[in-house]
Amino acid sequence: MSSATIRLRASVRGDDGDVRLQLPQPMESGLRRDADGSLIPADFLTSLSLRVNGRLVIEAGCGPSVAANPLFAFRLQGVRAGDTLTLAWRDNQGRSGSAEAVFEAA
Amino acid sequence: MAGRRGFLQAAGGSAALAGLVGTGLLKPAHAVEAPRAAFAARSLADALRLIDAAGARYSDDIVVSVPEVAENGAAVPIDILSRLPGTSRLAVLVDDNPFPLALQLAFGAGVVPRVQTRLKMAGTTRLRVVATAGGVHYTVFREVKVILGGCGEVGDSR
Repeated sequence: MSSATIRLRASVRGDDGDVRLQLPQPMESGLRRDADGSLIPADFLTSLSLRVNGRLVIEAGCGPSVAANPLFAFRLQGVRAGDTLTLAWRDNQGRSGSAEAVFEAA
Repeated sequence: MAGRRGFLQAAGGSAALAGLVGTGLLKPAHAVEAPRAAFAARSLADALRLIDAAGARYSDDIVVSVPEVAENGAAVPIDILSRLPGTSRLAVLVDDNPFPLALQLAFGAGVVPRVQTRLKMAGTTRLRVVATAGGVHYTVFREVKVILGGCGEVGDSR
């Protein structure tokens, strides 16, 4: 993994919110082999959700065709500086986690 | 989108909308759990069938920005925006990848149906987007020439 922590940025300009996030995730499909010829186990993000002040705004399901260390940008409307953005994620190994950011004026 | 924005402002934020979300606009079981089988599909036909999008109509109102030639298939940047009114979902597929279905998105009220991300492409392929608006599926394609494949299929140890 190229980075160890989730990056989550939320900015707002006027009425428009901009969300950018990146997760440290190898997105291994389970089809690749290592140098010894052994299959590298599948290890990929399967879902993520975004909430603004607790309200669900985006849900995503992912497969291993998403590039390693998945990077996403979304556009929200009706967001104000100070609103709270919550990211929740899950992977195929059963791991899950979350992160929070506050919308800041751009 | 103007109508959505107006509604959001009229509703004053979250309280009124919480009920909407609760009634299944973004039903987690529907948006994320159901298509796991589609993400495991090894052929485009199976993936399209499992997301129920086999008969999608072609629409240029789905705007897709992707390089015509991608040097590195490991991370090809894409930018997708649906201009179809009432778009609630997007699905992104890479036709010739070992797992064609890359992404499914469900958007709530006040969310622009747009996503920017990066995809793997095993080789030169068609990128396919399916947008769902008003319960109808629409689709658009882009051909992407990939110089260096980015999936490292079986047998590729490097």
